[in-house]
Amino acid sequence: MLHITCPWCGPRDDNEFHYGGEAHILRPATPEKLSDGEWAEYLFLRQNAKGPFLERWSHSAGCRQWFNVVRNTATDEIIEIYPMGALPKSAEGIKAYEGNWRRQSAAEKNAKAGVSGT
Amino acid sequence: MKGSANGMRALRGGASRYSIFALARNALSYHENWQKAWRSPEPKPEYDVIIVGGGGHGLATAYYLASVHGVRNIAVVEKGWIGGGNTGRNTTIIRSNYLWDESAGIYEHALKLWEGMSQELNFNVMFSQRGVLTLAHSEHELKEMRRRVEAIRLNGIDSEVMSPAQIKQLVPIIDTNPGIRYPVMGGFIQRRGGTARHDAVAWGYARAADDLGVDIIQNCEVTGILRDGGKVTGIETSRGTIKAKKVGVVTAGHSGVVASMAGLNLPIDSRPLQALVSEPIKPCIDTVVMSNAVHMYISQSDKGELVFGAGVDSYNSYSQRGSIPTVESLLAAAVELYPIVSRLRVLRTWGGIVDTCPDASPIISKTPVDGLYFNCGWGTGGFKATPGSGHVFADLIARDEPNAIAAPFSLKRFETGYLIDEHGAAGVAH
Ligand SMILES: Cc1cc2nc3c(=O)[nH]c(=O)nc-3n(C[C@H](O)[C@H](O)[C@H](O)COP(=O)(O)OP(=O)(O)OC[C@H]3O[C@@H](n4cnc5c(N)ncnc54)[C@H](O)[C@@H]3O)c2cc1C
Ligand SMILES: [Zn+2]
Repeated sequence: MLHITCPWCGPRDDNEFHYGGEAHILRPATPEKLSDGEWAEYLFLRQNAKGPFLERWSHSAGCRQWFNVVRNTATDEIIEIYPMGALPKSAEGIKAYEGNWRRQSAAEKNAKAGVSGT
Repeated sequence: MKGSANGMRALRGGASRYSIFALARNALSYHENWQKAWRSPEPKPEYDVIIVGGGGHGLATAYYLASVHGVRNIAVVEKGWIGGGNTGRNTTIIRSNYLWDESAGIYEHALKLWEGMSQELNFNVMFSQRGVLTLAHSEHELKEMRRRVEAIRLNGIDSEVMSPAQIKQLVPIIDTNPGIRYPVMGGFIQRRGGTARHDAVAWGYARAADDLGVDIIQNCEVTGILRDGGKVTGIETSRGTIKAKKVGVVTAGHSGVVASMAGLNLPIDSRPLQALVSEPIKPCIDTVVMSNAVHMYISQSDKGELVFGAGVDSYNSYSQRGSIPTVESLLAAAVELYPIVSRLRVLRTWGGIVDTCPDASPIISKTPVDGLYFNCGWGTGGFKATPGSGHVFADLIARDEPNAIAAPFSLKRFETGYLIDEHGAAGVAH
C-alpha cells in the first residue's frame, strides 16, 4: 500500500486518493494542425516508465486537491511531491521530466506554441 | 481461418511420454530420471524469428510459427523462467462472451483452440468447461446484460440469462437474499467457459515447441533492440547479441519497457492486478462466478482452494505487489456474497503487472520498425486468449500481414479512432 503525504492534510493511505496518471501532458493549442498520429500521441500514448515517474494524484476523500508526485514505479518509493503547474526539483524528477519522449513530441510543441487562435 | 494446427500432431511423433507405465517405471528410480520436457540450449548467433517473452502467448506464438508456418529457426527469449509472469499468476478464467464482433472473433478463436489443446499438445492442460457466470446487481446491469447476451449469441457464441433462483441452484453457497447491499438480480452464463491449469499451458506449449526445434532460452533478459535503417536486425541480451530477421515482442506488463528500446511508445499503462487463495476446503463451487459491480470473482481449484480475483489497482507500478485496500474490498464483497467464506483463512495473495490499454482490447500489430511486431495490451484478461493470440500473432509474423482476426487490433486504431471498447464488457474484465 502506498502512503502518500497530501501537501495539505499530511500522510494518508492510498485509498483516500484518486490517481490521475502521467503528469505534464499539455493539451495542444491548435489540434487541427496536428496529424492523426500526433494527436494520438497526446490522447493515447503514455510514458509508463519503470523507475522515476511523474504522476498526478488527487486527495479525493480528503481536501480534494490535485498535486504531482515523483514515484519510482519499480519500488513504489515516493521521491517528491510538488504542486500542480510546477516542475519537479529532485534530481530523479528532473531527469524523468527531461527524458520523457513527450518533450520532443509535436503535440507538446504545439501546446507550448501558444493559446489556440480561437 | 486457415492453418488449423491439428494436422501438425503427426509431425511430432505424438508418442505419449507421460503414462501410467512411465510413472511406474520412474517410481523405481525415485523419479530422478524423468526426461527433461525441453532443452536449455545456448543461444545461437542468429535466428529467423526471436520471440521476446516466455509467457503463454510467446510460447504459443513460437509453437504455431513452427507447426503451422514451418519456421524452424526460432528462439523464445525469457528474462526469468517460462510462465513466471502473468501466465503463472492469473486466475485462469476462460470465456469468449465479449460484446463487440472483433473481440468475439479473437476470443472465440482462442476458445475453439482451447477445446482441442490437450490433444494437440499431448499435454493435459486441465481445461475444464465448468461455465462462467456473471452476476447483475442492479436493474441497469440486468438490462445491459440482456443486450450483451443477444449480441454474443448473434456472434454464434453460447450465452444464457439466468434468474436468481437458477443461480442459487447452480451456486448453493451464494446469498440471493434481496436485502444485501448488492443483491443478485440475475446473471448470464457461458457454459463453454471455464478454467485451465496455467503452468501446464506454458509447459505444454514449451514442450511442443521444443519438439519442433524451437530454442527456449531462459534467464536471458532483452536489453536492446537492434535496428538498421528502420529494420530490425536482432536483440541485445544479458547473454550477448543475438541476430534475427524478425522479432516478436510479447512481454505483457513490460511491453512499454521493451518498446522504448526500439524508440516506440505505446498506449499502455502497467498496473498491478491481484488475486488470492483461501486454505483448501471440500468442493463447494463447481463453476466460475464473477461480479463486475463489486470487482470480485471466485472459483475453486482442484486442490480445494477458493481462488479470488480483484479489480486492477488504480496506479502504475512494476513492483509486482498490489495495494492492501484492493484486497480488503475484494474480501468484503466475497464475505457478503458467499457468507461461508467469512471464517476461511487466506493462504496467499500475489500480484502481477498487467498491460492495460485505453480501450481494454489487445494490440497485435506491426510497428514502424520493419520486422518488429508487438503483441500486448491484454491487460487483466489475456490468459483466455493464449492459444488464439499465439495463433494469429504467428500468422502476422510469418506473412507480415495481419489476418482478418488480428487486423482490428493494430496499433493504427489509436490514430483512426477505431477503438474496440471492451470496458466492463461482460465480467470483471477477465
Ligand atoms: C492476478 C491476475 C489474474 C488474472 N486473471 C486472468 C483470468 O482469470 N483470465 C484471463 O484471461 N486473464 C487473466 N489475467 C491476465 C493474464 O494473466 C495475462 O493477460 C496473460 O497471462 C498475458 O500473457 P503473456 O504470455 O503475454 O504474459 P506473461 O506470462 O507475463 O509473459 C511475459 C513474459 O515476458 C518476460 N519479459 C518481460 N520483459 C522481458 C525482457 N526484457 N526480456 C525477456 N523477457 C521479458 C516476462 O518475464 C514474462 O515471462 C490475470 C492476470 C493477473 C496478474
Ligand atoms: Zn488532502
